[in-house]
Amino acid sequence: MSTPIASSPTSSRDRGGPGQPLLTVEGLVKHFPVKKGIGGKKAVVRAVDGVDFDIKKGETLGVVGESGCGKSSTARLIMGLTQHDKGEMLFDGERIGSRALPLREFRAQAQMVFQDSYSSLNPRMTIEGSIAFGPRVHGVPRRQAIERARSLLARVGLEPARFAARYPHELSGGQRQRVNIARALALEPRLVVLDEAVSALDKSVEAQVLNLLMDLKQEFDLTYLFISHDLNVVRFICDRVAVMYLGQVVEIGPADTVLADPAHPYTRALLSSMPSMDPDNRTTVAPLAGDPPNPIDPPPGCRFNPRCSLVEDICRSHVPPLAPVDPIHRVACLARQPGSGHSAAPSAEAVAA
Amino acid sequence: MALGTSPAVSAIDIAGGAPPLTSTPEAFIASRGFWGNVLAKLLRDPVAMTAAFVILAIVAIALLSPWITPMDPYRGSMVRRLKPVGDATYLLGSDELGRDMLSRLMVGGRLSLFIGVTPVILAFLLGSSIGILAGYVGGWLNTVLMRTVDVFFAFPSVLLAIALSGALGAGVFNSIVSLTCVFTPQIARVAESVTTQIRSRDYVDAARLSGASTLTILRAQVLGNVLGPIFVYSTSLISVSMILASGLSFLGLGVKPPEPEWGLMLNTLRTAIYVNPMVAALPGLAIFIVSISFNLFSDGLRSAMEVKS
Amino acid sequence: MNEPRTKTPAGPAVAIQGLKVTFGGRVRAVDGVDLTLGRGQAIALIGESGSGKSVTLRAIMRLNPERKSTIEGRILVSGRDVMAMGRRELTALRGREVAMIFQEPLLALDPVYTVGRQIIEAIRQHEGIGAAEARARALQQFERVRIPSPERRLDAYPHEMSGGMRQRAMIALALACNPKVLLADEPTTALDATVQIQILLLLRDLQTELGLSTLFVTHDLGAAVEVADRIAVMYAGRIVEEGSARQVVLNPHHPYTIGLLRSRADGALAKGSRLQTIPGSPPDLANRPPGCPFAPRCFLAEDRCRAGDPPVVDAGPGHRAACWKTDEAARSFQAQRAELSDA
Repeated sequence: MSTPIASSPTSSRDRGGPGQPLLTVEGLVKHFPVKKGIGGKKAVVRAVDGVDFDIKKGETLGVVGESGCGKSSTARLIMGLTQHDKGEMLFDGERIGSRALPLREFRAQAQMVFQDSYSSLNPRMTIEGSIAFGPRVHGVPRRQAIERARSLLARVGLEPARFAARYPHELSGGQRQRVNIARALALEPRLVVLDEAVSALDKSVEAQVLNLLMDLKQEFDLTYLFISHDLNVVRFICDRVAVMYLGQVVEIGPADTVLADPAHPYTRALLSSMPSMDPDNRTTVAPLAGDPPNPIDPPPGCRFNPRCSLVEDICRSHVPPLAPVDPIHRVACLARQPGSGHSAAPSAEAVAA
Repeated sequence: MALGTSPAVSAIDIAGGAPPLTSTPEAFIASRGFWGNVLAKLLRDPVAMTAAFVILAIVAIALLSPWITPMDPYRGSMVRRLKPVGDATYLLGSDELGRDMLSRLMVGGRLSLFIGVTPVILAFLLGSSIGILAGYVGGWLNTVLMRTVDVFFAFPSVLLAIALSGALGAGVFNSIVSLTCVFTPQIARVAESVTTQIRSRDYVDAARLSGASTLTILRAQVLGNVLGPIFVYSTSLISVSMILASGLSFLGLGVKPPEPEWGLMLNTLRTAIYVNPMVAALPGLAIFIVSISFNLFSDGLRSAMEVKS
Repeated sequence: MNEPRTKTPAGPAVAIQGLKVTFGGRVRAVDGVDLTLGRGQAIALIGESGSGKSVTLRAIMRLNPERKSTIEGRILVSGRDVMAMGRRELTALRGREVAMIFQEPLLALDPVYTVGRQIIEAIRQHEGIGAAEARARALQQFERVRIPSPERRLDAYPHEMSGGMRQRAMIALALACNPKVLLADEPTTALDATVQIQILLLLRDLQTELGLSTLFVTHDLGAAVEVADRIAVMYAGRIVEEGSARQVVLNPHHPYTIGLLRSRADGALAKGSRLQTIPGSPPDLANRPPGCPFAPRCFLAEDRCRAGDPPVVDAGPGHRAACWKTDEAARSFQAQRAELSDA
């Protein structure tokens, strides 16, 4: 039903080859200064506090965590919407913002879909105008940009003849999110950051959009960074998952492993916090008490220690490194680190053997 | 850019485009567009339409006044002073120098409207530039601009207008300058807050991600969304401006006699208030009618511009 | 206080009969809802946006804008007709008899007063007791909703509390005057997962502890299963299926309920497979099509579905569905389940 949008654009842009991760994030840090009270001491929100991960070409990496864990901040840092304080970000082997890959060029290859479908569309622009805006900026002639917008609209399931000239308020939430996806694809990116892109949608609409995302990924050779708080959705759509807590990644690995056999007590708590769908087996005890703490004064040692069921003295003084439990699965928990001094930790010999 | 630069891709796009894609864009425009909707809503608002009609009528009368006044607005008569409203020769009476009130009101509208509306137009241009710049760029520039603007807020607008006019001296030009100085900070403040709000919208971020330059984003994404609210606010200032302008003339800081201007007329007639209160009140009534019409129209415009999701 | 509630045998806590709510003369948001909330029962009203679930809930307290809406049908709270109540009766009903909690506690709590003061005011307004006594009661409320260090938290302003604490404080405020019926409008939607489960469990505990009759509006089936004895599924202003939580989730008989269950990401056959979606979108409530409102999207629809309203069919004890083809729908669901468990 749609005209071909592009003939495999990625192959020509691929620099490092299939083995090179598409995006590498190393030691990413962002602190926001805040004032506490009148004349009070200055505090910092440690929104992102040393985040490492990479995304392989063609995979979907999920980032999960609760509010204040820094998942959305990480997305904005990657896209350069906020300046990072420290850390390196490499896109296909090139440092973002370096001479080899200026920010503008990176952004032509990486796009983002936001959670709020309404706020992410200009209320005064027709939707085809919004989609065509990016290509127009990059010098595509008006007529061609509009045609591209229309074929993308058709591709995301919105009949151009009916929808192209509409304004955002004339669409439903699901339809607007389709428009936002089409807009993100208009520049033929290789990486798409989806920041809670389906979270505000009704369940049945969410399913439609998830299907669409999977189809598009295949058709356009996309790589997704999928940020969500919904573990079911993440398990369904993601190849690998990173779990964040208070500005740090606490566990990362294949989605099937992490969400079926979590190694970090926080991941375990998140999983068992999901409402049961079985009326005969309802949840009886809440896995965690209290709210997620705010990232202004994180506790010393392991940041999860005040809420952790496995906490021991060592956890309050030692920061657990993000260390492998197996070659593709890493976790930041002293109880899983051989020789860490935690009573539940496997002994160093057992691992060596 | 990989987009559309490969000739093969563009060829497919154009040649292979499905039939609906090749017809003209206009064929698809089902909705009227933003301003079309605003106009349609305004046309359905009886209050705003009445107000607009009154404003247009008064403007038309003022513009045409040199040709349509029943009598010479400058020629007085010492014997026919302060005739009451409904007098056989003077339909709306005569003033303290025996000049025809109706003619003077018609001519006076020109100056009153001119020194009432011009400062708002100038302040709109100036204030929105300052406010949008401060709001969009943010940071230290915002601090510098907005704190400077705040200085003007330390004085009540009436006091500020009088002080500035007093310093500059009487005259139409100086009145306009001082009133522009009064309104620019107010509009700048509104412009700044609207722009700050719009700048944090996701679609502005999306535009940044598309690689657009700051200027392009301002023009294509920000301006259209901020000018509306600023414009509405500015129209609501016209009534204040007219009253202030008349006030300056009343105090002898604006238009100089014998030029007819509503505020000035109010001043010169104030001694007649015990003799012929109706006539003395007429210029005030004119000011009142025009300013309330501008206010009502501005209200209508605001509700017509609300986009509901 | 907190005397054991004597179960008066005076019929259900809330009975809604033939409720129709129309906005602006055109938009039929609720289209003939019948629902009975038994004493001590918890019913979850689930549906997607625009299904009319919140409008139904608000109608019980007459919170819908009265000038813009026309309401038909009857709503009885403890046997008394809410629609016939005068202003004074309505005030007594709200808070004292029926209380409501919302998705966003910041909108329900007054930002300029401490939470404790708001609860004390509410108690004194309804019961005319002394300040000290009211404060003791407020403290008790805070303990009841398991707010840690309640004495200190009573003197906190809403913005000083975390999201979960605010939600608890709002529940404490709602329960301050010992209402018999609690209406909850998406109370956990805005919360993080680990906090959501705490609040769900709290609501469940309070319901049994206080013998509350609860009507719980949500779009999340999981949350509904956690708190409710019974589930009513709404679509386009009608209840399309109602039954015990077990019946609705494990043995659904309406194609829409089945569609909702199938489209969940956890119900997918396998990773990478496509989710089964409900095609199309809900009908325009201002121009309702004739017949079953779900017919245009239904995988079992036939001509008679589009012609007239479907019958309400008994699918088991206390389980009903408004559909011509309940048996076929249920068979289709069970067949797929069997397939899933085989795989």
